[in-house]
Amino acid sequence: MAERVDLRPHASHVTSPQPELAPDQQTLELEPLNVSPTGSSRFSRRSFLSGLGATGLLVGSTPQAAAAPAIAPPVEDQADAPGSATVTLRINGKSYTLRSLDTRATLLDTLRERLHLTGTKKGCDHGQCGACTVHVNDRRVNSCLSFAVMHEGDEITTIEGLGQPDQMHPVQAAFVEHDGYQCGYCTSGQIMSAVALLKEPIGPADDDIQHAMAGNICRCGAYGNIVAAVRQVRARA
Amino acid sequence: MQTFRYSKPSSIDQALSGAPAAKFLAGGTTLVDLMKLNVEQPQTLVDINLLPLSKIEHLPSGGLRIGALVRNSDLAWNTDVKESYAVLSQAILSGASPQLRNMATVGGNLLQRTRCAYFREPASGTPGGYGCNKRTPGTGCAALQGLHRTHAVFGTSNQCIATHPSDMCVAMAALDAEIHVQGPKGKRTIPFADFHKLPGNTPHIENALEPGELVTYVDLPKPVEGARSVYLKLRDRASYEFALASAAVVVRIESGHILYARVALGGVGTKPWRSHEAEAELQGKPANAATFHKAAEAALAAAKPRTDNTFKVELARRCLVRTLKLATA
Repeated sequence: MAERVDLRPHASHVTSPQPELAPDQQTLELEPLNVSPTGSSRFSRRSFLSGLGATGLLVGSTPQAAAAPAIAPPVEDQADAPGSATVTLRINGKSYTLRSLDTRATLLDTLRERLHLTGTKKGCDHGQCGACTVHVNDRRVNSCLSFAVMHEGDEITTIEGLGQPDQMHPVQAAFVEHDGYQCGYCTSGQIMSAVALLKEPIGPADDDIQHAMAGNICRCGAYGNIVAAVRQVRARA
Repeated sequence: MQTFRYSKPSSIDQALSGAPAAKFLAGGTTLVDLMKLNVEQPQTLVDINLLPLSKIEHLPSGGLRIGALVRNSDLAWNTDVKESYAVLSQAILSGASPQLRNMATVGGNLLQRTRCAYFREPASGTPGGYGCNKRTPGTGCAALQGLHRTHAVFGTSNQCIATHPSDMCVAMAALDAEIHVQGPKGKRTIPFADFHKLPGNTPHIENALEPGELVTYVDLPKPVEGARSVYLKLRDRASYEFALASAAVVVRIESGHILYARVALGGVGTKPWRSHEAEAELQGKPANAATFHKAAEAALAAAKPRTDNTFKVELARRCLVRTLKLATA
């Protein structure tokens, strides 16, 4: 874990005056792997703990405008080395253009390590636990089994886009009311699954809820309370 | 994971013109998983999610055409499928998890690797890892003398005994589906029974696709009039688990006699296991318990269990009897 993560505003990538960014746009210049940014570095608690040997995440102080077309295939462009690509992700209503993104980066790792949307959790990393559940075009998926470059043009929703502490989504409020968690690690995935199942054609019984939540594992065993929370939201819907 | 090149073409022709060593990427639920384990190491991925293969259409023959990119959940919830091919809807909903079914495609389900724990673990276990002829031809099969409680009792060889994991494919075997493919040499169709290959001496070859060929559609024939169909899956836990034994049955009864029967078994074969033996015992016979038991005996007569999976023979028999009872109740 010797890599530096530079979170300072960085000017070296600004080549010319750039058009203004829309309020919902952000461009991230990603350093190629194994290249440390120059200058002093600052560690965040997360980057220190992550142990990924992550590359520099440079947020431009006057970032280049990401005048990306709405839905363009993320081909490897000239500026990208083989094995990297430029992709614009639409997450929680905001656009993020990621340049030089490693094609191997999963949607999960990109959300957490590049965009610092750490509400989505990494459990098994193989689609077995559901902690990484997010919505892509309103459907729940395992973000660990999807490469970020596949999601140009998709509408992605994470737990951060669902509600806020002072204005929780009804499913979040129901989890609080029914104590649908203990350690909390699986909770964001459980909630993303529960929100998605409200729109799925499943039966009305508790048994149907249990089967519909089968892709989310809770090792604390809060299942009874999770089912109670989902049951309540379905009854009020 | 090894570095790979990535492209996302918007037409089938463009997709087919990719490098010969390229792999097609659709839902990614098997491929990405196996790439993380370094079991799959493609140099180029061709993302086919923009190809126009996401429709379910009626065929002039009365059948149904399913695009290779139709998501498993969309197929299971399709009204025509639920009404006319219930066994297929039930089979899909019994497999994987809701998140995986939202991602996985029909083509990907057909092409998911036949796999066991030893196939997935190239670097752990014994020094140098476990042998697996499917993963690395010529390295032996650790399952033969190892843990093989969940392994196959049909279609095995001394090279590989891994079980075909799909539920969807078991239903498609009973429905006489037909698979359409397109490749550098043009288009062709493959009957479902010929699509998956037995391991034999080449367990790394799992299907009839030629290099560069792409699955485009799966056609289901016109539903058998008056027939009922059921899928029953038995497993170690109630959901999100592979079958220990499963059965897909399509039967038509008239005046108490079986006029049409299609039977396929899952969780027991190295490929989706169509049982012509069971069908022969059912055809024309009275639809009663005695007939069902005889059919189940016939279905499992040629099973070759090993030390730890002997139980599957009786389990599969009972599974088939129960499924036939459900379909004729």
